[in-house]
Amino acid sequence: MSGWEHFAHGADIGIRGYGATPDEAFARAALALTAVVTDPSQVRPDASVRIECRMPDRELLFFEWLNSLVFHMATRRMLFSRFDVRLEGDALIADAWGEPVDVARHAPAVEVKGATLTELAVRQAPDGRWLAQCVLDV
Amino acid sequence: MNLAGLQKDSDYRWIVEPTGAMRVPAVLYADEALLRDMDDKVRQQICNVASLPGIVGAAYAMPDAHWGYGFPIGGVAAFDAEQGGVVSAGGVGFDISCGVRTLLTGLRRDAVVSVQHALANELARAIPAGVGSTGRLRLSSDEMDAMLTGGARWAVKRGHGDAGDLAHIEEEGCIAGAEPESISQRARQRQRDEMGTLGSGNHYLEVQSVAEVFDHGIAADFGLEVGEVVVSIHCGSRGLGHQIGTDYLRDMALEAPSFGIHLPDRELACAPLRSELGQRYLGAMRAAMNCALANRQILTHLCRDSFARILPGSDLRLLYDVSHNICKEEVHAVGGVSRRLFVHRKGATRAFGPGHVAVPESMRAHGQPVLIGGSMGTASYVLCGVESGESLALGSACHGAGRSMSRHQATRQWQGRQLVDDLAARGILIRSPSLRGVAEEAPGAYKDVARVVDVAERAGLARKVARLEPLVCVKG
Repeated sequence: MSGWEHFAHGADIGIRGYGATPDEAFARAALALTAVVTDPSQVRPDASVRIECRMPDRELLFFEWLNSLVFHMATRRMLFSRFDVRLEGDALIADAWGEPVDVARHAPAVEVKGATLTELAVRQAPDGRWLAQCVLDV
Repeated sequence: MNLAGLQKDSDYRWIVEPTGAMRVPAVLYADEALLRDMDDKVRQQICNVASLPGIVGAAYAMPDAHWGYGFPIGGVAAFDAEQGGVVSAGGVGFDISCGVRTLLTGLRRDAVVSVQHALANELARAIPAGVGSTGRLRLSSDEMDAMLTGGARWAVKRGHGDAGDLAHIEEEGCIAGAEPESISQRARQRQRDEMGTLGSGNHYLEVQSVAEVFDHGIAADFGLEVGEVVVSIHCGSRGLGHQIGTDYLRDMALEAPSFGIHLPDRELACAPLRSELGQRYLGAMRAAMNCALANRQILTHLCRDSFARILPGSDLRLLYDVSHNICKEEVHAVGGVSRRLFVHRKGATRAFGPGHVAVPESMRAHGQPVLIGGSMGTASYVLCGVESGESLALGSACHGAGRSMSRHQATRQWQGRQLVDDLAARGILIRSPSLRGVAEEAPGAYKDVARVVDVAERAGLARKVARLEPLVCVKG
C-alpha cells in the first residue's frame, strides 16, 4: 500500500492520498500528483522548495497546497518526489524535494494545469485513516 | 446517463424541467446513444448550472458533453448582470480561451506527403511542446502588459504574422476590457517562459488534408478543397490562464458566502457580475484570452517558418481562430427581446450563423467557421454556424470528441511506441516527447467525433462543411 491512488474523472484525473494524519494524507496526495506526470520513483529528491500557505478551512488548504506545488513545478520546471508536510491550524508548512524535469528519463506524460474544487475532500475514514483528494485539470 | 426524468423534445434535444433549486430548464443536445454514454455527472452538473443566479433561458449541454468542474465540459450558459447574474471561473475553465485555429496552405496533399518526414521533424524541432518546454520569447513586465491588452494584434505588431490574419480571428485578435492589473504575480511568473508553447495533453499542432467536403459552396468560399492541406493548432493561454483560473476559483470559493449565493457544490464557485470580484475576474480572464490569441499567433508564425524551410514559397493563410473556453458579453434575443448577456462556453464553440456582424465580412453570408478538433489519428471537422443555432443554444456548438476513457484505462490498453508505429503505417506521423502522453491520448480513448458532429448538425447547432484527416501531429 503506497498510500496514494488515482481515480477516474471524465476528461482528467483524480488524486487521493491516505495517511495516519492529515499531514501524511496531504504528502501522499502530492505523490499522486507527481505520478500523474511521471513515475515518482524516477524523481531524485536532490533539491528542496519551501512551501507555506494558509486557508480558512482544511479542504481549501489542500487545494492551495496542490496548486502551490503546480506553480513550483511549472515555474522551476521541477518534479517532486518527497514531501515533508506540517499542518498547524489553518497553515501549512512543507518542504518538497525533487529535481529539474529530465524529459528523457522522466518521460513526462502531461502537465498539470491546476487542482480543482471538484471531488475536493479532506476527511477521516471510519477506519481512522485520513484521506485527502480532488480532481486535477490536465 | 440514466434517461429517467428527461423529456424528449426531438431525437436530438432532451429537456430536464426545473425542479428544486433549478431556475431554468437544462437542455441536452444528443441522440439517445450519445446520451446513454454520457456520465450521470453531466446531468447533475448542467442541472446545477441551471440553478445559478441570473441564468437566462436554459443551461445547455453540447453533444460532446462530459464531466467537468462545476460546469460540464460542453456546457453553455448565459447570465444577465441586471438580474443578479454571475460569472464562474469553473464555467470558463483553467485553460482560458483554449481554442483552435486552422490555416490554409494552398498545397496539395501529394506535395506534402513527399516531404512528410522532413516536415514532421522540422515542426517538432520548431514548436516547443510538452512538460518543461520553454518558448523563445521573454517578455519584460511592460511588454507582457502590452501582450495582455493587445492579443494577436500585439503579436502581429511584433512581427509574428500578417496583419491580414487579424480579420479571421474572433474580435479581430484583440479582446477589449482586459485588465492586466487583475492578474497575480504568480500568473505572470508562470507565463514568463511559456509564450509560443503548445502545452501538453490534448493540445496539438496538426498538418491535415481535406478528406471530404459536405457543403461545396461554403467549403469553396472558406478555401477548403478535397486533397488540399491545412494546419490546425489547438492550445490556449498556457500557464497564465491556468494560474488565473486557480486564483479566481479559490477567491470565488472563499467569497461565495459573502454574496449570499447558495451553491449546490463548492465547485460551482462564482461571483455576481456586478461585484468587485466578478469584475476583476472578467478583466483577468479577458487578458488571458488575449494571451491565448497571442500564443496561437506566435505558433502560427513558427509554423510558417517551418513550412517555408521545407516547402519554399508556401503561403499559409488563416481560415479562422475560435476559442472554446470563454465567457463573452454578447447580445442575444430572448423571448423576442435583445439582451446583453455574459455567455459561458466551457468546451463549447461559438457558432454564429449567417449575417451576424461578429462573423468576418468575407464569410458573413455563410456563417462563422466552427473548428472541431479530433484526437491524434482521427478526423477533425470544419462546421459552419447556422441561423437555428441562435435560438437553440445562443449560437453555440460542440468543440471536439470528448474522452470516452480515462487516462489510466488508455495506458493499460495501448503502448505509446506501438501507437506511433501503427499510425505511421496509416500515413500519420506523430511527434511527441512523451510516449506515455501518446498512449494517454490514444485515438480510441475518445468518442467518435463523426457521431458528435453528425448530431450537432442534425440538432440544428451547425452545418458540416469539411472533414480533415491528419498527416502529421505534433503533441506535447
